[in-house]
Amino acid sequence: MNARRPIELGRRFVHSFGLPRIIIALFLLSLFILAPFAGVNVGTSFSDTLNRFGMNAIMVLAMVPMIHSGCGLNFGLPLGIIAGLLGATISLQVNIPGPASFFLAILFCTPFALILGWGYGELLNRVKGGEMMIATYVGFSSVAFMCIMWLLLPFNNPTMVWGFSGSGLRTTISVEGYYLHVLNDFLAIRLGRHLVIPTGMLLFFAFFAFLMWAFLHTKTGTAMTAVGSNPIFARASGINVDRIRTLSVVMSTWLGAVGILVYQQSFGFIQLYMGPFYMALPAVSAILIGGASVNKASILNVIIGTFLFQGIVTMTPSVMNSMIHTDMSEVIRIVVSNGMILYALTRKTEAAR
Amino acid sequence: MTANTSKSKKLVRFLANNTVPILFLFICAFGIPLSGYSASYLISEIIVRLVRNSFLIVSLLIPILAGMGLNFGMTLGAMAGQIGLIFITDWGIVGLPGMILAMIISTPISMALGWLCGKILNMAKGREMVTSYIIGFFMNGIYQLVVLYGMGAVIPIRSKSLVLPRGYGIRNTVNLIGVRKALDDLLLIRIFGIPIPVGTFAVIALLCLFVLWFKKTKLGQDMRAVGQDMEVARAAGIRVEHTRIISIVISTVFAGYGMIIYMQNIGTLNTYNSHMQIGMFSVAALLVGGATVAKANIRNVFLGVVLFHLMFIVSPMAGKNLIGQAQLGEYFRVFVSYGVITMSLVLYEVRKKREQAVAGETLAAAQEVGA
Repeated sequence: MNARRPIELGRRFVHSFGLPRIIIALFLLSLFILAPFAGVNVGTSFSDTLNRFGMNAIMVLAMVPMIHSGCGLNFGLPLGIIAGLLGATISLQVNIPGPASFFLAILFCTPFALILGWGYGELLNRVKGGEMMIATYVGFSSVAFMCIMWLLLPFNNPTMVWGFSGSGLRTTISVEGYYLHVLNDFLAIRLGRHLVIPTGMLLFFAFFAFLMWAFLHTKTGTAMTAVGSNPIFARASGINVDRIRTLSVVMSTWLGAVGILVYQQSFGFIQLYMGPFYMALPAVSAILIGGASVNKASILNVIIGTFLFQGIVTMTPSVMNSMIHTDMSEVIRIVVSNGMILYALTRKTEAAR
Repeated sequence: MTANTSKSKKLVRFLANNTVPILFLFICAFGIPLSGYSASYLISEIIVRLVRNSFLIVSLLIPILAGMGLNFGMTLGAMAGQIGLIFITDWGIVGLPGMILAMIISTPISMALGWLCGKILNMAKGREMVTSYIIGFFMNGIYQLVVLYGMGAVIPIRSKSLVLPRGYGIRNTVNLIGVRKALDDLLLIRIFGIPIPVGTFAVIALLCLFVLWFKKTKLGQDMRAVGQDMEVARAAGIRVEHTRIISIVISTVFAGYGMIIYMQNIGTLNTYNSHMQIGMFSVAALLVGGATVAKANIRNVFLGVVLFHLMFIVSPMAGKNLIGQAQLGEYFRVFVSYGVITMSLVLYEVRKKREQAVAGETLAAAQEVGA
């Protein structure tokens, strides 16, 4: 009798936390334990993980509003990223060096994010039920469309355009001298030789996460959750469903735009053309690994998910490389991230039955 | 008067139902003169594309019949086909026998993958397309695991020219010199100097006949019933899940054969890239031909290949002559491929919603009359 209770408790824990999540968490834990034996510095690995966490967390946070309003997983994140890229390139074109350029980029990307997000939201309102597939292709076609635009738009800052022709933006543009590491270096804490905590970037994320949390507890935020969980009930209680959904898409798009700027300031480069093409998938799978489902997500899911996903992405190459001299990290990343998305896509119907 | 309005209504409906092909006709009509290609060049190119792609695109038809939408999981079949090709290249079996052996090897792999895909899609009813799309990505990971790490290490590969210098894993490009044009050169005739591979066309025609016949069989009728309404089909005693799985298995197996035909025409296998683009291009071509997510036939396939690939061939040159950058035309065609899929998906969803609304109104009106 007594022996069965822990098993029962364990089963309940597995059920509430989700088996894939436990496997992934254990896998990451074992990687951290194995790291010293494989000759990988734990401090470096940990600060790499933290760094990547900060780089990606806001893009993962961008998933939250759309999941809440019942629009599903935002596979159209590249649209938001494009707004961010427009903000970044215009900021470099204005050519004000230093940290100010980062805030200028956020300022410039906002109108694009609002307009694109609004149009995207209106589109998704017309295709209720098929949002995810259409979102994927909205993302892809907008990236392809912007490929044409990057060639044609009249940018002329020499750091951005091709040297020999003087027109058309380069595929990667360095942000050195502009906003490289503005958030990373803000209040950064150095512990020993290897461990660096990018405080500024984490604080920046915490600020946005707090705003999102606070928003979800306002009247509009509650309405958003209501729309997601039962649109008919929401309409009956006087909520304008379409307007709330559009609002959620605009928020998501804008967060995607800010997210890519945070990513760039740490990464050091603006990646144009096909760069943003597959950027939605890591963000989607990160929030799912964190415990979100197609219609439920919280800030905690974002934090746990981003940490686990980025932890695996950081740790597998270094540990695997030194253990078996083969870089299988790419395969593991593909299988884990897409497997997680598949798991989430197939799970909701089970719950509904 | 009434005849006139009904005629104009018919015209409007025709335009609304064929928005995408008509749009493409305009793009091609605009692009062909700009590109400056000669008619004979364009025709021979189109024939090559028809030979290459038709089989793959026909493989998409059966899941549409079963109401599962566009099967982006056809990449799974493509992977199976590629594995078959890698094996026969390694064993040095050339010509038509090599091709047939590759098909035989690919069949069980395709069937297993298709069965798995169908199982997963049954768990994700209502969002089959996005799920099949992600399955493609997921399986790409497994495919890499097998081909990049397993082959040469666990699975014996003798040929040194196939294996990476490190001792295991297949090289990025595999030269398919053995089966190159094996099927195309069988019964090759020339009309006005344009080579026409009758053999391949015969195989494609055979597949089309099979699909037409299949639609009339009991299983085909079951699939149509499942596609129209799963619950009604279930009430009528059709094993819905089973039927859906079979439709995906058939599609995957054909996609595998299609990939082998595609590859024998091209002659080089891009081990880690070829299969990823196939799904997108095939789906785009089918949609350009006027198919929708719920309705597609063989006419759509051929019209789609011609229009889509005409755009594909002319756009780089047209871009170069119009703006001076060939790169622009290349981006343009990528944009159009994705744009056309987006547009078709949106049109389909909007139309479905409108039909539901109309059905609701007629029902309400009928009830009012009844009251």
